[in-house]
Amino acid sequence: MAEFALRLRRYDPESGDAPYWEEHTVELEPHRSVLEGILQAKARFDGSIGIRCSCRAAICGSCGVRINGKPGLACNTHLDKAQRGARDGVIEVEPMGNMPVIKDLIVDMEAVHWKKIRRVTPWLIAKHPVPEREYIVARETMVDVTQTMACIQCGACVSDCLAMEVDPEFVGPAALAKAYRFVGDPRDSQTSERLTDLSEDPHGIYDCTHCFMCIDACPKDVAPMSQIMRLRRRAGSDFGIEDANNGERHEEAFVSLVHTYGLLNEAELLPRSYGGNSAIAKFKPSAAKELASSLPSIAKALLRRKVTPGAVFKPHKLAKADLKAIDNIYKEVDGRPERVELNLYISGHDED
Amino acid sequence: MPAHDVLIIGAGLAGQRAALAAAQAGASVAIMSKVHPVRSHSVAAAGGINAAIAIDDDWTEHAYDTVKGSDYLGDQDAIEIMCSEAPGEAMHLEHIGVTFHRNEKGELDLRAFGGASKKRTAYVADITGQAILHVLYEQLMRFHETVDRYEEWFATSLILDDRGHCAGAVARDIRNGHMEIFDAKSVILACGGNGQCYKPTTNALICTGDGIAQAYRLGAPIMDMEMVQYHPTTLAENGFLITEGARGEGAHLLNSEGRRFMEDYAPNKMELASRDVVSRAEQTEINEGRGVGPDGQGIYLDITVVPRKRIHEALREIVNIGRDFAGTDITREPIMIRPGQHYIMGGVKTDVDGQTPITGLYAAGEVACVSVHGGNRLGANSLLDTLIFGRRSGEHSAARAKEMAMPRAPGSRVRQDAEMIDAIIARERGGRRISEIKDELGRTMNEYVAVYRDEEGLTKAHETIRRLKEESAKAYIDDAGTVFNQDVLGALELGYMLDCAEATIVAAIERKESRGAQFRTDYPERDDDEWLKHIDITCGPDGDPEISYSSVTITQWQPEVRKY
Repeated sequence: MAEFALRLRRYDPESGDAPYWEEHTVELEPHRSVLEGILQAKARFDGSIGIRCSCRAAICGSCGVRINGKPGLACNTHLDKAQRGARDGVIEVEPMGNMPVIKDLIVDMEAVHWKKIRRVTPWLIAKHPVPEREYIVARETMVDVTQTMACIQCGACVSDCLAMEVDPEFVGPAALAKAYRFVGDPRDSQTSERLTDLSEDPHGIYDCTHCFMCIDACPKDVAPMSQIMRLRRRAGSDFGIEDANNGERHEEAFVSLVHTYGLLNEAELLPRSYGGNSAIAKFKPSAAKELASSLPSIAKALLRRKVTPGAVFKPHKLAKADLKAIDNIYKEVDGRPERVELNLYISGHDED
Repeated sequence: MPAHDVLIIGAGLAGQRAALAAAQAGASVAIMSKVHPVRSHSVAAAGGINAAIAIDDDWTEHAYDTVKGSDYLGDQDAIEIMCSEAPGEAMHLEHIGVTFHRNEKGELDLRAFGGASKKRTAYVADITGQAILHVLYEQLMRFHETVDRYEEWFATSLILDDRGHCAGAVARDIRNGHMEIFDAKSVILACGGNGQCYKPTTNALICTGDGIAQAYRLGAPIMDMEMVQYHPTTLAENGFLITEGARGEGAHLLNSEGRRFMEDYAPNKMELASRDVVSRAEQTEINEGRGVGPDGQGIYLDITVVPRKRIHEALREIVNIGRDFAGTDITREPIMIRPGQHYIMGGVKTDVDGQTPITGLYAAGEVACVSVHGGNRLGANSLLDTLIFGRRSGEHSAARAKEMAMPRAPGSRVRQDAEMIDAIIARERGGRRISEIKDELGRTMNEYVAVYRDEEGLTKAHETIRRLKEESAKAYIDDAGTVFNQDVLGALELGYMLDCAEATIVAAIERKESRGAQFRTDYPERDDDEWLKHIDITCGPDGDPEISYSSVTITQWQPEVRKY
């Protein structure tokens, strides 16, 4: 047994008072969970502490919270580990972000998380004719979508999604991972419709900023951002969907610039994203319009020497050997038969 | 005031399946749960769902395995229905989107499971319950126009009309404390078992026997309550579940001598004998000093014999559980387990359409006792039970709704329940805390009403429960609020648990034989002449349990000696 100090964020909506911190000391084995610590405080000292919980084993997804500022499940975070991560030795537990707080550690998941889930048409629209028995599908496909089926809807990824902080309308990591579960399912008949829908939505797959927060947050290794990237590749490479947000062109430009120069060529990125992925893109009207509207940003970039005027004509380029190595990476990735590289169930752990 | 043809309380697999079936049959449906539906305990079912879909399999073999698994206490008419409808139900799940894993030919893959003569368990890695639950919830979202969802509402009592028919329920919106009457032509209880009567248990904190106790208090008989399943592989330290799928994939059980001791108890099926058989074998090894771990109270489950790639693909969840809750890498070393409370075979007595003896009241899933599991449930039959009888309850209640008018429950019922809740909040400080009583209940049940039982221990447990009942009536709470007052709900749940626990103990004392999960050291033999019958418990006028019997339905399988 050891003692652990917990600092819980309390909020009673009926009191009229602002949220406040409250400390409790609990006694438990160090490898017991933060949830057990909170439940002990609730059992011994104050039954009014509000936290959703049920299974205690990281399956039901009820107890998503922030511990020492980081989102996760209270039930699979060990007390000793949480204590080590605390800034003053007191384990801080507060409600998840990006969602309104109802009471103490309980947030309104319906208002944010579930609304977004419903946004992605979250059910199978089966191919017809429906067979009498099972659909015959490749073995790997079902193992593949299992990674997104493993999502327990805890909201930890939603809590700390930076894109959602800036754009609350962003469909978000959990719902887009859910979308991949159907896009990756060979029994679904609406693959291209789903991809078009999520590409064209200004708050859809191209709204993600690659910050990796959701991958860090996810207690089940669903890796929502990886699923979003897979959606993009399905949309762009497999279905050739060129969206109104210029997301696909932007990504294409990014990839081919790095391939060509070994580094990102900032001066080319914007015109290519809007005018098409070639060197003459900057002379197209659509790119010119975007360039004009981006003049303030361009001016700032020039002032801070992020880009130089000369780079427009003579971009920085890596040495030949390095470019060759980069080219090999591109060949290797393009040469893979199936896009299963991001799926833990399939490729994460082979024999030692 | 909400009024629906069918009101379903509980939104796990049984409840959601009932809701979808009733809605499809044209009924107006409400589904209510004290937690968000995907938090329901069905989510924890790991291993799979049984269905005789292989070419060389037949539902009668599945039925025979189930009858034998039940130690002949299961009702064979119900078992025949469940097993014959299983393949169709599995294909239905496949068609609405469950991502069942496939074999190399792209067909549904099947894994071996305990007590089964063939591989017949369809699965999604080791998150089968979660996958099915989430897919059913997808369907509820799809059919949101025909199924009203009341998520995070707590049913406080069931209502009878003046004819004695069930006519709805009173419920509290957990989010704001608002109390409401739900009129309904039929009510389907689908709110799970009462595993929280035990400590430790694999069951979630929400499994507090609410539906069993509410039906019991209303006058419905509850049956087979003495049959409490101890799962052979729960984490030694805290009772978390390690799926039977591990043994299905080939894992071994080892005692302190490093020996596969199951060869002494079930030489043919070894680790894949029925759960009661394996749990008893483990407990015997432990009792005779061949347990492992510092206190000798554990057994080793050796999963390292399963290829690592297969573990990561098919048993990923228990890799996580081993890592997070036992500090063990199950791909490299054995993990310490022991038998732990897992499932309640008993419940509210129903017929094969989910009807209880109270007109208008149905039950399906773990809350119910059809009885398809009898003395011992086979692994991967519980998901099947919830879906088959959930669907049948939904269909039957929807058909019933077409022939009757909407009953009106008296509005005074809301006031009655609101006053009951206010009275709990107003209790004076001084008695014991709810949490202390719950803790003592769990430890008592796990000590005396476990794998091995005898009259002395059971009687002691009964005395303890009687005392806890008195103490619980005075137990105080801290939260006086209306928003998410989990404290007051905890007091109600404690009352439900104590009712369920008492029924279990009374039935266990009554059954003077050993059958299935009930092993009486003072009556170690099965006695078909005297005890091939169900024990029904009803709530007497003074609130005490009363015992009666009902016969076991036998269609084609006469009781035989049970060997694995």
